[in-house]
Amino acid sequence: MSETKKVIMLGNEAIARGAYEAGVKVSAAYPGTPSTEISEYLVQYKDDLYCEWSPNEKVATEVAIGASIIGTRAMCCMKHVGFNVAADPAYSMSYIGVNGGLVIVVADDPGLYSSQNEQDTRMVARAAQLPVLEPSDSSEAKEFMKMAFDLSERFDRPFVFRTTTRLAHSQGLVELGERKAVEDKPYEKDIRKTVMMPGNAKLRHIEIEKRNQELAEAANTLPINRVEMNDTKIGVITSGIPYQYVKEVLPEASVLKLGMVNPLPRKLIEDFASKVETLYIIEELDPVIEEQVKSWGVKTIGKEIFTVQGEYSANMIRTAILGEDLKIGTPAQVPVRPPILCPGCPHRSVYHVLSKLKLHVAGDIGCYTLGAVAPLSVVDTTVCMGSSISSLHGMEKAKGKEYIKNWVAAIGDSTFLHTGVNSLMNMVYNHGTGTVMILDNSTTGMTGHQDHAATGKTLQGDPTYAIDIPALCRAMGVKNVIEVNAFDLETLEKVVKEEVAKDEVSVIITKTPCVLLSKAKKPLYIAHADKCKKCGMCMKPGCPAMTKRPDETIYIDDTMCTGCGLCEKLCKFGAIELVKEGDR
Amino acid sequence: MAAKNIMIVGVGGQGTLLTSRILGGLAIAGGYDVKLSEVHGMAQRGGSVVTFVRYGENVAEPIVEEGQADVLIAFERLEALRYAHFLKEDGALIVNDWRIDPMPVVIGATEYPENIIETLKKDHKVYTVNATEESKKLGNPRVFNLIVLGIAAQHMDFTKEQWYDVIENTVPPKTIEINKQAFDVGYHLVSE
Repeated sequence: MSETKKVIMLGNEAIARGAYEAGVKVSAAYPGTPSTEISEYLVQYKDDLYCEWSPNEKVATEVAIGASIIGTRAMCCMKHVGFNVAADPAYSMSYIGVNGGLVIVVADDPGLYSSQNEQDTRMVARAAQLPVLEPSDSSEAKEFMKMAFDLSERFDRPFVFRTTTRLAHSQGLVELGERKAVEDKPYEKDIRKTVMMPGNAKLRHIEIEKRNQELAEAANTLPINRVEMNDTKIGVITSGIPYQYVKEVLPEASVLKLGMVNPLPRKLIEDFASKVETLYIIEELDPVIEEQVKSWGVKTIGKEIFTVQGEYSANMIRTAILGEDLKIGTPAQVPVRPPILCPGCPHRSVYHVLSKLKLHVAGDIGCYTLGAVAPLSVVDTTVCMGSSISSLHGMEKAKGKEYIKNWVAAIGDSTFLHTGVNSLMNMVYNHGTGTVMILDNSTTGMTGHQDHAATGKTLQGDPTYAIDIPALCRAMGVKNVIEVNAFDLETLEKVVKEEVAKDEVSVIITKTPCVLLSKAKKPLYIAHADKCKKCGMCMKPGCPAMTKRPDETIYIDDTMCTGCGLCEKLCKFGAIELVKEGDR
Repeated sequence: MAAKNIMIVGVGGQGTLLTSRILGGLAIAGGYDVKLSEVHGMAQRGGSVVTFVRYGENVAEPIVEEGQADVLIAFERLEALRYAHFLKEDGALIVNDWRIDPMPVVIGATEYPENIIETLKKDHKVYTVNATEESKKLGNPRVFNLIVLGIAAQHMDFTKEQWYDVIENTVPPKTIEINKQAFDVGYHLVSE
């Protein structure tokens, strides 16, 4: 092994590297933690491949499908909930199969670091009859990607590549390889394979059952599923990140490490089970492997002692299997520190106005979801991407237009383009009268500032046409489209009051870039203790740069203040003063 | 050697990701196997964040578990207290003696704990520095984490030259000198 070629890589970087080495030519994705960085690393290979941000995961998957059908290797990347958005093309592509290898990378989030649910992608993939590979560190992530493309073409199946937050955001050593020169497969028109109308799909269903059986049979001998035979007292079947915890806790145990978690290698599993005294199945989230293995009559212990929630750990397995008392000190009882809107965030200003007007907010997915928590406490609902507008419409249809006069929908620019557009179309079409606020901060914020169709720049860094969001709204028939600066409190308050009162759809666009986007020198404010009346007005929006001194007067942390000036506007006593001009 | 377990804790936006890049680079320079685990996404928005670094001959899991940390580097006092139980009995706790109020404290729903350093000293080997103030003296408050790392360096397995090399290869070129200066401040300031 050549030491010089070993580099440290984030799981997501290793996935991108694996795709590059596998000869991928097209990749499409919508950002979503913990999958986002795959595309951000992939773009460094743009001389050899094409990659893009698509407006949503369904579109991204279809882009990859098109490339696969005409014979090139293609992939798409998303988080677990994005796979739901992509379910429609994914289920049908399962019937079609592939021409060029096709891999759908899906990142799960056990422990909900950055998600609205904890669903298990292996369940979704099983329902779609899609095979699934799952790596357990960065090195495997790269190698498994290459295997995924080879297997995809060999068995004519799109492959799901499942990762989790821990894998995606852990770094480990990876040995670099060369990019494989992959010839495109010829495209030959064959509508029995690529036009999914009933007569064809019926035959394809039979075909893919056969293909999956062949794959399940092959899985018994594929090196991606590995038996590590040791002491036979304890045997463990595991995969992914939990494999690493098992190696920490039970270095002497026998382990069947599955790299392919769907379909399962039945013979290999039954053979392994027959050789060990006590068999455990250790898998995070749902008992996907366990339920199948138990259905074959194999005796095993799994979710009886392991949770279906959150992440696992070596300590947890140590306690559950070995019954060890770990003698860990008790954690101190300390205040929680939840994520918050950044100092200078334009969402804070908008939410302050909505809070002042005592409005309810049908919310959406993004940084602005954080408006649900104190002190802003203004967001009522968060369901999924795009749901703010459509659910507000549902409320109106249930209770009438007067009922929603103290409600607005709040959605970000990237989320609006993801699936909010359809919802707004529906509101106009079906005689809605709701008020929609597009909190346009010119980026996809929460995932770390990715471009989208309205930023004027592509993933590959090229300038492009920026979708005109106000014009798009007008084109759909919205007569009231108003643009306001998020920090112009007076105008914003006036506009919101006027628009919610109307019996027509209104779209208010608060266009102010995310404070983290600009590298310009920031202005700075200070609070004068002698002028401060301790009224607490400036503290209402919950800016993290502001604290109270022991005497209750206000103090602004100069390492955190970004000079947005919201506090100055709220102070009636002139106690807050601009002391340093910025460049913006 | 058995894997060495390092944790970096702080508040989202304090530069824990840069710090983990430096430690990852060091482990490679030292010829070790290494795994790191970090937090991206929502928690990076001002939340409590934790980074795990493990290096040694062979590293399996990428996280440091409760009771297992050799060195706990805290960029903020309250976060030191939150994660102190991750330390081994003889583990070193390095604390930036700096306070950032979490939102429940900002809005008056709860109090910021008093005498955190004294509390920690009862059970742990604690090394403190007000790195944020020290870094302001150097002219850039953002290099405070290198001051904290300078102290941590005394509890790790790398030479000063290795640290310098990795700093040079990791931070933006324009800030190499000030980051090295910051590292020196911490490296020469050891007060238990």
